[in-house]
Amino acid sequence: MWDIVANVAWVIAAAIFLWMAWDFFVINAKYDENVLVSSREGLDELLPAGDQSTAKKKK
Amino acid sequence: MVDTTVSTTTTSQQSQSLNLLKVLGPAHIWALGVGIVLVGEFMGWNYAAGKGGAFGALIACFVSGILYTCVAKIDSEVTSTVASAGGQYAQAKHTIGPLMAFNVGLFMTLTYLMLNAGDVLVAGQLVQIGAQQLGHDIPWQPFTVLFLALLTLLNYRGVLATLTVNFVITAAAFLSIIILFIGVKPWAPGEVLLHKELLTPLPYGWIGVIAALHFGMWFYLGIEGTCQAAEEVRSPGRALPLGTMSGIITLLIAAAITWYVACGLMPWEYIGWDATLAPLYDSARMTGSPFLIVLLFIGTLLSAIASSNGCTNDQARAWFALGRDRYLPEWFAAVHPKYRTPFRSILFLTPIVLVFALYIPLAQIITFSILSGLLNYTFMPINMWNFRKKWPVGSIRRGFSHPFHPLPALTLLILCAATFFAVYLGYGRQLLAMMAFYIVASLWFAFYRYRYVKRGAQFTMPWPKPVGY
Repeated sequence: MWDIVANVAWVIAAAIFLWMAWDFFVINAKYDENVLVSSREGLDELLPAGDQSTAKKKK
Repeated sequence: MVDTTVSTTTTSQQSQSLNLLKVLGPAHIWALGVGIVLVGEFMGWNYAAGKGGAFGALIACFVSGILYTCVAKIDSEVTSTVASAGGQYAQAKHTIGPLMAFNVGLFMTLTYLMLNAGDVLVAGQLVQIGAQQLGHDIPWQPFTVLFLALLTLLNYRGVLATLTVNFVITAAAFLSIIILFIGVKPWAPGEVLLHKELLTPLPYGWIGVIAALHFGMWFYLGIEGTCQAAEEVRSPGRALPLGTMSGIITLLIAAAITWYVACGLMPWEYIGWDATLAPLYDSARMTGSPFLIVLLFIGTLLSAIASSNGCTNDQARAWFALGRDRYLPEWFAAVHPKYRTPFRSILFLTPIVLVFALYIPLAQIITFSILSGLLNYTFMPINMWNFRKKWPVGSIRRGFSHPFHPLPALTLLILCAATFFAVYLGYGRQLLAMMAFYIVASLWFAFYRYRYVKRGAQFTMPWPKPVGY
């Protein structure tokens, strides 16, 4: 019974890694690279855009 | 899981960029910091008893407690002001310079990556130990890989769920320590706890106490990880100091209880060379209570999982931040458009964790993690000194200003020097090898990679010019 548990662990782990790999390739194919790497330090979505002018100007 | 797409951003500026989500509160910060560290109460600190005896471990616990209280105070002030992914890396690039920032980013990535590998290795082995105690011999590897897969998936799909889960399992692990403490009846000395009989004078004198400092760090190693979530916190000025300071208070309590219970139930010679790796679990076995034994087994397993979960989160943020400023290829700075996580950094680091967990001895992994962490702590006093000198209190808005500056920074520097000496006593070759590694990495950065760095654009804080510039 415990051997089955160990094998099930391998199968679940493999399935999880395969799903993440699939999602990874789908996202990379679907979105433009400039969009994916567009994150900017110092921008706060909770603040109005006007309050973040300093951070924006430095880009 | 958080499901927010690019189209949900409201302003034109934000719709152009895909940022990490600001969804975390103080409880998540507490869960991140304490979650990474609490495993050190369940295992690892006990080698301090092997070096310096029970009292040596207690002194190491106090001294390391002071060291990490200074770390928490400094981090609370700087991170509440520089609230960016990468934590100390983002601090370093603003207060010191690119080469220091690159090194600090590497220190943090490797600290969490190695600790993560140790955590999943231990979690898998705990399942094996549990099965063996039920009379079944099974391999640990499938469970190590399964835990890593599950935690990577959790981190991949969103930070809110990741740290909410961490809050629950960290609180459960901490509660198991409290229940053990009550279970050994501390109000009736001599009934279960035998401190009078078990506590002996320092077996190796004061040199043993200094050597014990290396493992005393285990009680608190990783609390500085709270800073990595700074960019994903709703209110950094409030949540980061609150989460970090309540985290170090929790750990000081947990460390004191751990030492008190373990050293009241077992002789230091056994604690110091505990072959099963888990002195709190062994303490529960000493009580003979089946409830406490099962509880502490579960608590130990949960602490290892919580630590791995937090490390997966933090290692990816540090790597992501290095990529975003092009200290590393910008490819690593991608954010998942649906889950808003640094998905490439998460996936890139996972196989490395797996290789270390499966093929490298635990002691080597942990030593590398401790040494990288210690280098990071040594940077902090310099960072704090520069931060206060360049932007004195009142010149910029701070979420938290720690009192008695520069006393905490000086104390931290002195304690780091003492701990380096302690590490050198036991792991001199590893220390020198690791320093050589960081020197080579620094040369690569200075003479090759720096040409790609976004030089002016990396300074993002809307601050006035520093004093003296």
